[in-house]
Amino acid sequence: MGIIHTSRIKSPWIIHFDNSSCNGCDIEALACLTPLYDVERFGIVNMGNPKHADVLVITGPVNYRTARVLKNLYAQIPDPKMVIAVGTCACSGGVFHNCYNILGGVDKVVPVDVYVPGCAARPEAIIDGVVLALQKLAQAQGVAK
Amino acid sequence: MNQLWVAIIAIIVAPIIGGFLAGIDRKITARLQGRWGPPIVQPFYDFFKLLGKSRIATSRMQFVWIYGYLVFMIASLVFLVLKLDILLLVFLLGFAGISFVLGGFSSKSPYSHFGANRELLQILSYEPVLLLMALGIYAQNGSFMISEILKPSSEPLLASLWPIFIALLVILTIKLRKSPFDIATSHHAHQELVKGIMTEYSGPYYALIQLTEWYEIVLLLGIIALFWANPLWIGILIALAAFILELFIDNIAARMTAGWMVRFSWAIGLVLCILNIAYLYLMKGV
Ligand code: SF4
Repeated sequence: MGIIHTSRIKSPWIIHFDNSSCNGCDIEALACLTPLYDVERFGIVNMGNPKHADVLVITGPVNYRTARVLKNLYAQIPDPKMVIAVGTCACSGGVFHNCYNILGGVDKVVPVDVYVPGCAARPEAIIDGVVLALQKLAQAQGVAK
Repeated sequence: MNQLWVAIIAIIVAPIIGGFLAGIDRKITARLQGRWGPPIVQPFYDFFKLLGKSRIATSRMQFVWIYGYLVFMIASLVFLVLKLDILLLVFLLGFAGISFVLGGFSSKSPYSHFGANRELLQILSYEPVLLLMALGIYAQNGSFMISEILKPSSEPLLASLWPIFIALLVILTIKLRKSPFDIATSHHAHQELVKGIMTEYSGPYYALIQLTEWYEIVLLLGIIALFWANPLWIGILIALAAFILELFIDNIAARMTAGWMVRFSWAIGLVLCILNIAYLYLMKGV
């Protein structure tokens, strides 16, 4: 299990999904990929394809429309997978929490591994979140195959 | 027996070289973009991680074709290292491409179909040039055998076949799926067609595609090295220089459309090849 286990931690490919955020968190998530933060140093690549991804990065609160899409995306990611909720909205619904169309935080629909609060969450915090998720992955024993 | 060992060693060593080349690719690309970039061994991490992921099947035939892609690619590499017929090598490479296309068509995803259609266009652009390259080598050497090229007495092909060499550089860009010909898979432009022909492959099967691509890099650079076969190390240096050149082109060029690719590769590649071969035939009066 050694080499595959190490590789999992060294190469998390992310897919970024925007529920119904105000776009603040999305911009911060994309900023991680720019030369200033350059997460590719850690092997993190933005894949844009759920079937190649390991980490689902979600921004914004879930509404009735995106819930279905989110469930579908989550199901398409092969195991083992990690879910990170980025921004206060994704964690709990944030400023949108009692809108008529909002279900609430992402954890109403898919299981979340790491919460990154902040409005908007800073790129450093997002990178920290991914590192936390990887630590969780490293500790996880007998992950689903 | 000796030949068998050469083939086995090539099959084992080629992906290691290819993986490191892919790592160097990512590193240099990152440096060109002002980033630090992943470690050189990053492609191996990706490969082993993908091997450990769960298998999600969208269609069973897909996997048959992906193994075909790998096996045909390995077969053409074996043809190269055993110094066999270069024409057959080109045909095997063609089979490999077709297997990949059929794999793309065998799932129902529209992105995969788009990618497969474009992969067909890519084959349409590079296959004639590769065939004409084999013909050019025949016109020069009077034989399709790679062993004939590698004979110590023969002079470098580059001297007489330099137009074909230039055409081959264009083909290299198409085969390595670099901008401006990054058309069937879209390494970076996910918004357009997700991952194109590779969209439906996940986990271990995607790892197989990466493995095949590593074989492909080594095979293509090997073919380029043949253009300066004596001494071979100059050829290898030329091949590495061509690889670095591809990286620069990848970073300075925008992605173009598929139609433009076919027009470009035919207008430049085919014309250069045909002029080259016509000149050789006229001069030698074959
Ligand atoms: S947490 Fe703030 S910045 Fe992020 S999506 Fe919600 S409102 Fe926008």
